[in-house]
Amino acid sequence: MAKQTIKEVLLNPIFNNNPIGLQILGICSALAVTSNLKTALVMSIALTLVTAFSNLFISMIRKQIPSSIRMIVQMVIIASLVIVVDQILRAYAFGLAKQLSVFVGLIITNCIVMGRAEAFAMQNPPLLSFMDGIGNGLGYSVMLIVLGVIRELFGAGKLLGFEVLALAKDGGWYVPNGLLLLPPSAFFLIGLIIWGLRTWKKNQVEAPAFTLAPQVANQEVH
Amino acid sequence: MSNKETTSRTLMVALAVSLVSSIFVAGAAVSLKPIQVENRQLDKQRSILAIAGLGEAKLSGAEVKKLFGERIAAKVVDLSSGEYVDQFDPTTFDPLKAARDPKLSAELAGNEDIALIKRRERYTTVYTVEQDGKLESLILPIRGYGLWSTLHGFIAVKADLNTVVGLGFYQHAETPGLGGEVDNPKWKGLWPGKQLFDDAGKPVIRIVKGGVDPASASAVHQVDALAGATLTSNGVDRLLQFWLGEQGFGPYLAKLRAEGV
Repeated sequence: MAKQTIKEVLLNPIFNNNPIGLQILGICSALAVTSNLKTALVMSIALTLVTAFSNLFISMIRKQIPSSIRMIVQMVIIASLVIVVDQILRAYAFGLAKQLSVFVGLIITNCIVMGRAEAFAMQNPPLLSFMDGIGNGLGYSVMLIVLGVIRELFGAGKLLGFEVLALAKDGGWYVPNGLLLLPPSAFFLIGLIIWGLRTWKKNQVEAPAFTLAPQVANQEVH
Repeated sequence: MSNKETTSRTLMVALAVSLVSSIFVAGAAVSLKPIQVENRQLDKQRSILAIAGLGEAKLSGAEVKKLFGERIAAKVVDLSSGEYVDQFDPTTFDPLKAARDPKLSAELAGNEDIALIKRRERYTTVYTVEQDGKLESLILPIRGYGLWSTLHGFIAVKADLNTVVGLGFYQHAETPGLGGEVDNPKWKGLWPGKQLFDDAGKPVIRIVKGGVDPASASAVHQVDALAGATLTSNGVDRLLQFWLGEQGFGPYLAKLRAEGV
């Protein structure tokens, strides 16, 4: 692989190689925390910081890590960072930490963090790895923010808690779509976004793994 | 680089990484702990004030502390006798910790445990709002299982020990937008003025589906359920039956009524 520049690692994950859109990683938390924009934003910031710093630290000691325990070393570093982020949220943003509850802790198991550590930070210098972490965090954030906006706006008629669409039950005109507040709706939305992304950037379309044989009159052709 | 795969080297790296990480984590946890404890306490005090109708949700931390200190008194109650006890300090006594302590709690039999809390503490903290030595309102801690989580909250009643001043939950993990709407101010606004007990002192407050008919005689004992959250609504209904009944604050409330406060 050709040497990547900082600009490339920072900007590519946003649309060209989006961790959710193309790599289909981190879906779990994307379903869970995007029912309103505020939690989506906090989750985005938390994940971006964790990915960036775990990449930085792992890259700094990449030449020391024996390959037999490299996953465990990566996990220890990621888990420590996540605990610290969780503690900081509990101390300085108590209300939000309450809403995010278990999902901050679950950043540990987010495939994006581990994926970048293993795929990028183990082979690249610290600064580049740090930027790669920020970039992938941004890619994840873009997706979360889009989902958060759509789900909160059409599911609750609000944005960041402020009323945007006047709800019918309060005398307005908008009848919210309650399905959007449930996790499956994020799944449908991610599907639509991926469809859109691949229509826009054709090179993201994967070659089919196999083709179905045509079926004629109860008998397969081949 | 050449010999980084040896066993001793592997152990060394593992040890060093663990050591650095644990110092890092422990340092963060210990240094942030006082702020977190204060946050939790403040959050609880804020919700008690809001439920008792004394303070807006927007009060700053200092205002909450001041108002709480001025207006609210905490007391520890023996739930089975209804007597106040003074062997615990009400400002530090933690009923939830007591509920996990075999010496301070008792396991509930399956048919008694309608709120699904498994163990009930023998002593709990109640909060009173007094004006010139007379009880103005009483705030009781309540908790029970909804759909996903235990809901922790308070219910405040007027000095007649029957009319609701407010109800609210400060901790739960119900579905946002559905069961999570127990936090919705509009739904909480349905509670003030409702009557908890019938003339015989039996808890008759119910959460009903399909809206409360204001013309019906029992409308004053009924609250509309949350749309799309049957299990959370049922949970709130049952936890109220539990905490207002004989296993909960029944003896305490009976004693207060007998004393004529």
